[in-house]
Amino acid sequence: MIKKLLLTTMLCFSAALFAQDYAPKNDGVKTINSNYTALTNATIHVSPTQVLDKSTLLIKDGKIVAVGKSVSIPKNAVKVDLTGKSIYPSFIDIYSTFGVETPKSPSGNSRRPQYDAGREGYYWNDHIRAEQDAIAHFKFDSKAAEALRKAGFGTVNTHIDDGIIRGTGTLIALNSNGTDANRILAEKSGQYLGTSKSKTSRQAYPTSIMGAFALLRQVNMDANWYATGNAKEKDRTLEAFIANKNQVQIMEAGSKLNALRLDNIGDQFNTQYVFVGGGDEYEYINDIKATNASFILPVDFPDAYDMEDPFLASAVELADLREWNQKPHNPKILAENNINFAFTTHKLKKPEEFMANVLKAIEAGLSKEKALAALTTVPAQILGKSNVLGTLKTGAYANFLVTSGDIFDKETTIYQNWVTGEKDEFKALNTTDIRGDYTFNLNNTTYELSISGKLEKLKAKAKANDKTLGAKVSFKDDWLNLTISTVDTTKQEFIRLVSNITDTNNFSGKAYFPNGNESTFNAKKVEKENKDKEKKDKDEDKKDSKSRKFFPVTYPNMAFGNTTQPKQETILFKNVTVWTNEKEGILKNSDVLIKNGKISKIGTNLNASGAKVINGEGKHLTAGIIDEHSHIATSSVNESGHNSTAEVTQEDVINPEHIGIYRNLSGGVTSIQILHGSANPIGGRSAIIKLKWGESAKNMLYKNSPKFIKFALGENVKQSNWGENNTIRFPQTRMGVEQVYTDYFQRAKEYDALKKSGKPYRKDVEMEVIAEILNKERFISCHSYVQSEINMLMKVAEKFDFRVNTFTHILEGYKVADKMEAHGVGGSTFSDWWAYKYEVNDAIPYNAAIMHNAGVTVAINSDDAEMSRRLNQEAAKTVKYGNVSEEEAWKFVTLNPAKLLHIDDRVGSIKVGKDADVVLWSDHPMSIYAKAEKTLIEGATYFDIETDKQKREAIKKEKNELTTLMLQAKNKGLKTKPIVKKEKEHFHCDTEI
Amino acid sequence: MKYLKYKLLTFALLLSVIAIAQQTPAPQQTQAYSIEGATAHLGNGTVIENALIMFNEGKITFVGSANMKIARQGKVINANGKHIYPGFIAPNSTLGLVEVDAVRASNDIREVGAMNPHVRSLIAYNTESKVVESMRPNGVLMGQITPRGGRISGTSSIVQFDAWNWEDAVIKEDDGIHLNWPNPYSRGRWWLGEPAGLKLNKKYTEQVNNLTNYVLESKAYNAGNKSPRHLPFEALQPLFNGTKKLFVHVDDQKGITDAIAFAKDNNVKSLVIVGGAEADKVMPLLKQNNIPVLLQRIHSNSNSDDDAYDVTYTLANTLVNAGVLVGLENSGDMERMNARNLPFLAGTCAAFGLDKEKALSLITLNTAKILGIDDKVGSLEVGKDATFFISEGDALDMRTNKLSKAYIQGRDISLESHQTELYKRYSNKYKQQ
Repeated sequence: MIKKLLLTTMLCFSAALFAQDYAPKNDGVKTINSNYTALTNATIHVSPTQVLDKSTLLIKDGKIVAVGKSVSIPKNAVKVDLTGKSIYPSFIDIYSTFGVETPKSPSGNSRRPQYDAGREGYYWNDHIRAEQDAIAHFKFDSKAAEALRKAGFGTVNTHIDDGIIRGTGTLIALNSNGTDANRILAEKSGQYLGTSKSKTSRQAYPTSIMGAFALLRQVNMDANWYATGNAKEKDRTLEAFIANKNQVQIMEAGSKLNALRLDNIGDQFNTQYVFVGGGDEYEYINDIKATNASFILPVDFPDAYDMEDPFLASAVELADLREWNQKPHNPKILAENNINFAFTTHKLKKPEEFMANVLKAIEAGLSKEKALAALTTVPAQILGKSNVLGTLKTGAYANFLVTSGDIFDKETTIYQNWVTGEKDEFKALNTTDIRGDYTFNLNNTTYELSISGKLEKLKAKAKANDKTLGAKVSFKDDWLNLTISTVDTTKQEFIRLVSNITDTNNFSGKAYFPNGNESTFNAKKVEKENKDKEKKDKDEDKKDSKSRKFFPVTYPNMAFGNTTQPKQETILFKNVTVWTNEKEGILKNSDVLIKNGKISKIGTNLNASGAKVINGEGKHLTAGIIDEHSHIATSSVNESGHNSTAEVTQEDVINPEHIGIYRNLSGGVTSIQILHGSANPIGGRSAIIKLKWGESAKNMLYKNSPKFIKFALGENVKQSNWGENNTIRFPQTRMGVEQVYTDYFQRAKEYDALKKSGKPYRKDVEMEVIAEILNKERFISCHSYVQSEINMLMKVAEKFDFRVNTFTHILEGYKVADKMEAHGVGGSTFSDWWAYKYEVNDAIPYNAAIMHNAGVTVAINSDDAEMSRRLNQEAAKTVKYGNVSEEEAWKFVTLNPAKLLHIDDRVGSIKVGKDADVVLWSDHPMSIYAKAEKTLIEGATYFDIETDKQKREAIKKEKNELTTLMLQAKNKGLKTKPIVKKEKEHFHCDTEI
Repeated sequence: MKYLKYKLLTFALLLSVIAIAQQTPAPQQTQAYSIEGATAHLGNGTVIENALIMFNEGKITFVGSANMKIARQGKVINANGKHIYPGFIAPNSTLGLVEVDAVRASNDIREVGAMNPHVRSLIAYNTESKVVESMRPNGVLMGQITPRGGRISGTSSIVQFDAWNWEDAVIKEDDGIHLNWPNPYSRGRWWLGEPAGLKLNKKYTEQVNNLTNYVLESKAYNAGNKSPRHLPFEALQPLFNGTKKLFVHVDDQKGITDAIAFAKDNNVKSLVIVGGAEADKVMPLLKQNNIPVLLQRIHSNSNSDDDAYDVTYTLANTLVNAGVLVGLENSGDMERMNARNLPFLAGTCAAFGLDKEKALSLITLNTAKILGIDDKVGSLEVGKDATFFISEGDALDMRTNKLSKAYIQGRDISLESHQTELYKRYSNKYKQQ
């Protein structure tokens, strides 16, 4: 009862302190404190670039009134002498969820997919939540605030971490003594976005990151349409999105690849996102710089792996080992490239871990000035609050730290954290600093004592007779308690010393011996030790800097990455068997000259000055292999949330760091079409790339790439093998598939007509893309199995007056080869796959041969990251099954897929003027005994069997070095993490992401 | 009208039945044959140019040079310029246990329960599988039909691929028991918020101990009066007298080492490692203990980005050079239909360093030895079954793997299949147009 009463009183009291001045007062007389506080004689870091010695900071009403050396201090000022202490602006975290609970998933887990939104009056997709405001969900969390203040933070911009568009954040001063009336510095501060779905909704779309990107684009377009006032229905989400446009847009990218991808989207809508990074930005620093974006960087630098078990340790990949070494250097590298960045506590388990990680970045070379900026001025500037936050200039909030010295020294103590003029003290200012080296005598033995560590956590070392003794120290209210083990180390006995210290140069006290005897002692400070210590520190630093050696970045930054990117060379292949794929056929003992990335000459006895000559005797030179159907080098295959997803594109999600690229090069593959999967009748758009290992996604794409889209038929699109819960999406039969196509083509036709009429229309990416098909600007590559559906799609296309470009898989193509030939569609098939589904019962390995004989342009594709590197062998199977001539069979993996992809003017054969995408084989290219020795793209060698051997050795060496460093880290007592083995996703058509 | 419809339907059904039925198994060999002039790859590393092979009553009666002046038995077949190979053997295969992967009703691959040594694959083996018959045109003529799943999956049997029923098909009944060795890693329970990757399997020791206890219990049972009967324990008994082999499916070096110790401790007479991705890291151990390895599908991507692109291609060569007995198996995704590519797995081993004839042994004599059927098959040697084929060229290379004849136990088998029939039917359709 009393407790409760007390609590009530306290609450009243604190409320009274900060009550509005027009609020009635019933518990006493009205009091207004109009005093100043003057902090004097401090080293004041006004900003990262301005430091004032022995200066004064004058504050009043939560704001800074004056700062400088000669500030006149009003009479009604409370003075605090800070001689020897420093003042810093307190830190700002602008990617916080402070006081805002992340929504939870609804209970009850129905396994049935949900296709429609759960809300009414908002955007059609539940994961777009621009109308959310963090302020509406905000509840001040005193405990969390205290932890943040201890870590040096004064302000956070908090947000709802949920959804793709997450609505506005809110700017909070971490002042536990105040109320929300003065803690909330800005109600709506920034709009937050990300790529993960809302936990509050089970709406299926988007199931992939590719879908999330498409959705972001469509929301922007819909907002533009809504803003014109032409929309018929009210949409509170779009209204909020439009209203939030003037806010800074903070986008959780989480990785360099996503930052680059999302920056493209931003550019399309004149939005410059501020990205929450992944710490891996240094790997593509030039591209990252080109985004012109500011970054918010988590400092969750990885711990070393525990490498003690060599069996387990073999599961850790080079890229993961390197990351441990390289990631702390990321901020430094960004700073060197003048990329603006702020730090955040995001991703750390506790704010306490924050400073130690920032120190890691400084150890790795980040300047203290930039580090302070990343904690103060940069976040303030990102929020547009530079005038009131981030510095200690007149007029700014009185948000600052009082420290014992350099904030970035690990021995420094934060005494106080002031937020909007309210002080929170962690350690008394007048604490005596007893750190240092001392000697004293006890019973004719000389003891050496060394006290170090942080003021709030002192460490002691003691020595006597050249023996190191166990020592424990505590120091509180000027009373020292020291326990040391006795010189006779065979016994577990201790001497206890007590002293009330008034002079740190010379103090005395009492010693208590194990036998109960007491005596006095007198300790003197020793200065000479300092030099030894400095030397030792230096040595240790040296050792540390050795372990801090920066392992160079490769392109991509993983095993088999290039130290420098391959360059175009002038190369002359001599006396080689050339498979031209042209009317010249197979030329024996011929020469091929490659220059400026092109096939320059084909003939005999060619010469070229300055050319690198490669003896091709006994070897074969062919055009590079082209895989019409690949799912390597992508982060996402299927968007299965809708039955049509023409709005998504593989170009958004190319993953240039997939080892499949290098392995495909080792099998002579130079170009691939990355296709969307087969989860829906109308899938997503393709990316056609060259396997330029080490280049960025953008540089791998074909320039002026032909436009393609994936369609799919059969069991996958009708969800036959998706389990019993997936029986509600239209279509569930082949009958329905036809209707989906007819419906979409009809709608796209009407859309296109409206667009061309000049009347206002809502821009819809999905419709735009399908209209491109109708306008013969985009080509379909359709996953297909049985003859009925193959025939159906051709008939639907004919009704809409266009032609299907390619049937891929096309396992029953041989049953309708004549119809295909008449329609003009090509077939890109497997060599010998069958029996994995009911619809491939009649798939036969003679399919390619029959289609080819019927006049269809035939390709052999992979749909498989392993088999794709043996496509030469797959082509050879058509010689076995169906007696296709070797010359024609070879075209199935080179010229014919080039034709099907409309890139045969550039690649697919060895012809003067075409791109020098060629492969040198050790043997007949379709022999099982053939190995690719060199794979060139545009005259640059991306795979070389000799270089490959060197890379293997280098990988081994570097892994051993890093392993040793990790073992050393563990020995030094640093934290390590257990080894987790990555499972490699082997992407194919049915991959559900 | 209605009647007519039914009549038509019956007719159509009949047609389709004819179309999908398996090729009729060939009758027994009734006369001797002599094949002359081919290059014979014996499977044991030897090649005979211009060879003479004679066989009668299902057995090989002569293997030698055609230059030898010796009477040709029976009908003489000229095979000049062609190549003869012993029938290829697909070990650790599920052929005939599943017809269509995605159709559950056609799936007989995995029984319920962890300890199923008594479960026998043989009786579920479907001799009329369309997938099985598609093996033969590539020279794959025999297989070890193996159940999957659990800790002890069950008992395999070895069959040949031209039979009316499983009793006819059997080469060796109940040849071995298949044990899936505990995995050193377990999957993170992501639904409890753990990372989804693989982490150290904390139950590894417990799982190995459980196995040891199971074996000890079974030994105790078999030493007693066996009442009441315990079917799984009884099924394990032949492991300890050498009449059945123990096939341990394991990839990692620690697991292989532990499995070898387990077999020794428990007096398992004959151990085979299946999978063996890290077998190259324990070669001396394998060699010392005479443990053979059936390498899993070498046409695989390594799980580690750091591995060389050819790490699986060169593995057989490394092991063979170290004196380990190696065979190739093809388990994995779409393994049944893919089993016909077994010869090309061997071809790839040759491309990446192994002698071609030794590569051939990986799918013939080595496998026969590993399975314990080398007294009957695996090489072209007098007294063995006349199970072999004639190819137009190198059978390890897909361009030239073109069979003109194949024999199983001397029987002249059909090389047609559901697929060749469709090929002919549709080739003819377009010719008629």
